[in-house]
Amino acid sequence: MEKGITGPLDELDRRIVVATQGGLPLVPEPYEQVAQELDSTADEVMRRMRKMLESGIIRRIGAVPNHYTLGFKGNGMTVWDVPDDKVQEYGRKIGALDFVSHAYHRPRHLPEWHYNLFAMVHGRDRDEVMEKTDIIVELLGGDSRGHEVLFSSRILKKTGMRIGQ
Amino acid sequence: MMDSVDRAIINRLQGGFPVSDHPYRKAADHLDISEAELIQRLEQMLEKRQLSRFGPLYNAERLGGGLSLCAMSISEEDFERVAEQVNAFSEVAHNYARDHRLNMWFVLATETPARIESVLAEIEDVTGYQVYNMPKKEEFFVGLRFEV
Repeated sequence: MEKGITGPLDELDRRIVVATQGGLPLVPEPYEQVAQELDSTADEVMRRMRKMLESGIIRRIGAVPNHYTLGFKGNGMTVWDVPDDKVQEYGRKIGALDFVSHAYHRPRHLPEWHYNLFAMVHGRDRDEVMEKTDIIVELLGGDSRGHEVLFSSRILKKTGMRIGQ
Repeated sequence: MMDSVDRAIINRLQGGFPVSDHPYRKAADHLDISEAELIQRLEQMLEKRQLSRFGPLYNAERLGGGLSLCAMSISEEDFERVAEQVNAFSEVAHNYARDHRLNMWFVLATETPARIESVLAEIEDVTGYQVYNMPKKEEFFVGLRFEV
């Protein structure tokens, strides 16, 4: 099934994505193993993966830590109302903080929702998340016109994103 | 329990894993351990769920699909029903209950960007509740390293 693979990706690229999105084989020559599964060569697989790295289709290759099992049981989605012309500047600064895993500029929904900057803050518990949120409050100073911390009370679904096999 | 080598692996190998013939050997050299030890420790950390994955992290939108964060404000008595209805959509990748007036937050991943709007309309139809669509306008991924 084609799941929206368009543009620069061809059939072999797509099969490389499908073969590696769940992880790389834990063997001395992982790209060789992927190549064998796809009836290709390690050189071809590596060439295409380097290209995907360069173009940003692959963000990075490495370990994806599980915050929760590593003891960071608090995670708060912090949402901020900052002036639109400063979202980028603050997004970069907040995104660079080591307790923030990702930050996004998102649209407001006035009048119900006036926050335009989201930052996921991780801590060992909710108190630590709140302490770290205060660091962001200080960083924003008078440019924070309001913020909230939304804690998750329950995971209702978590399947993750997968493109079609 | 994790020791200092496990922590070094997590802290130093969240990106930059080589694309070369013997990448584990090369990465292990930088960590001053053997290739076999690195592979064994990664296996164990994956088994214990300390790592959710080891490999390439793909950018969903760059693969051509649509992605958005959506929120809903559901009354307490309808919450379980709506959660079930929302989760039944295969396009819903994650769904979290959060302590807020907007108490349901889910990520929608669709085959094409255009599908986002139509799936949202279907969810509103089925549940009878409004969906707030909050697709990202820009992302800031500077702090991609998570220290343990």
